[in-house]
Amino acid sequence: MPDTFPADSVGLVTPQTLHFDQSLGLVSGRTLPTYDLVYETYGELNAARSNAILICHALSGDHHAAGYHATEEDKPGWWDAYIGPGKPIDTNRFHVVSLNNLGGCKGSTGPSSTNPATSQPYGPDFPFVTVRDWVQSQALLADRLGIERWAAVIGGSLGGMQALQWAIDFPERIRHALVIAAAPKLSAQNIAFNEVARQSILTDPDFHQGHYYAKGVVPRQGLILARMLGHITYLSEDSMRSKFDRELREGRLNFNFDVEFQIESYLRHQGRSFVDKFDANSYLLMTKVLDYFDPAADFDDDLARALEGVLARFLVISFTTDWRFSSARSREIVRALVDAGKEVSYAEIEAPHGHDAFLAPIPHYRAVFTNYMTRVAAEVA
Amino acid sequence: MRPDLELISDWVAPGSRMLDLGCGDGTLLAHLASSRQVHGYGLEIDPANVERCVASGVNVLQYDLDHGLGDFRDASFDMVVMTETLQAVAHPNMLLEEMLRVGREGIVTFPNFGHWRCRLQLAMGRMPMSRALPNTWYDTPNIHLCTVADFEVLCDSLGIEILQRTVVDQAHRSGLSLRLLPRLLGDICIYRLRRR
Repeated sequence: MPDTFPADSVGLVTPQTLHFDQSLGLVSGRTLPTYDLVYETYGELNAARSNAILICHALSGDHHAAGYHATEEDKPGWWDAYIGPGKPIDTNRFHVVSLNNLGGCKGSTGPSSTNPATSQPYGPDFPFVTVRDWVQSQALLADRLGIERWAAVIGGSLGGMQALQWAIDFPERIRHALVIAAAPKLSAQNIAFNEVARQSILTDPDFHQGHYYAKGVVPRQGLILARMLGHITYLSEDSMRSKFDRELREGRLNFNFDVEFQIESYLRHQGRSFVDKFDANSYLLMTKVLDYFDPAADFDDDLARALEGVLARFLVISFTTDWRFSSARSREIVRALVDAGKEVSYAEIEAPHGHDAFLAPIPHYRAVFTNYMTRVAAEVA
Repeated sequence: MRPDLELISDWVAPGSRMLDLGCGDGTLLAHLASSRQVHGYGLEIDPANVERCVASGVNVLQYDLDHGLGDFRDASFDMVVMTETLQAVAHPNMLLEEMLRVGREGIVTFPNFGHWRCRLQLAMGRMPMSRALPNTWYDTPNIHLCTVADFEVLCDSLGIEILQRTVVDQAHRSGLSLRLLPRLLGDICIYRLRRR
């Protein structure tokens, strides 16, 4: 990172933590007695407190969505392409709040946090959480921040599912929902991938039924495998081909099981760099949050009925080469919103990247996003 | 606003639930929303038009009409409108049926390929070009052109009733001569339809 930040960056940001003393009842029936939520904010809250935006992160994301934590940091936050001065989520006009969800491992209470009852890390005893629990905790965060109603709740992938759940659970507290590269629930194939990821962690000899912290080890190989598998589903076949094709690292076959093809090198690198940054118990939990998400389940599997009370306007976006959550899955959300007579626009963005496209700077995506947010800004100004 | 859109507006009942197939930049929907409290969605495939609709607050869905209207339930709209789009789709007959499946009524406009100037150009041995049909034959989105007579034969064979017909000239006027000789003098045909 150079000494100065780019003009369209939010610059140096410092995460903050709020402690919650009131216990949180969870969908699973268990409760979290106390907890912390770590979050970042970018841009000023206006006097009417009407310009606040909530950013919801995906499977392995966190609160660090934009800007830099230190001048030495080589990469900005995960959605820096879309959050900043003059960007689609314009921090000159909006006050952006981005948090780390419960069960995570980046500062909010999760399996690696200390369980007050035992003074040991929760590990596998951390309660299962769901998207509804997250939305509940985000609403409590909003209360503490003095934000009665979000101008918009925005997220990609699992983040988009949170935006959808917000519109259902707190219709009065959200003006707009931006649901990007998401799905109304996981398919059997989606769950299957998650299950393989979980099994690779659960069967790692260093997993110790989740109590690996005390042993001074981590289920390294399991988490690496889980991440490698995940990465396959984040890229389209075309983007993998154009990036790596069958390129050999040493230009020849070595007839062994070391890295031969560049794609192997890429996946191993992704796995290895992830294992130092993410907790295996958190990863297990996050995949379960995905699997459990199904807002229509309480409404005879009729999503349109689940959306009946919704007041928010929606922007739904999908990407042509995303096969993890394909355009057809986004159209299920759109169809239900139309059936329920709700306000919705939908853009299907031509993009080669696969699922990861929601993070990429793509002109049509950026234009739709910007145009939509410009109207949101005008509405709450 | 395009004069044909002005004409169509008069045919849409206030407060209708409407679907606009090939809604362009959303002008018609925006106009009907403000003037007649119409609640609608536009389907549009062109990225630049989708961006314009979003900018003006029109509900736009980036769908390809050639994939049909399978995402919409039977009779879920009061009115389905399709302006100057029929001639550009892969299966106009199927889309007409789809329109009147999801909508109780439909409004269709298209350029009349039987206009005397088109006939004259064909008689001279060239594919017609006009203000309503500005593209060359090899580079045109208009792949299914038809005449007033063709369209009415199709409606009849599909069991579609024509409730209203207006034929206008290039300036979107409808005079006595147009009413007498619509097939020859009409540039744009505007129909209000429903299932028989």
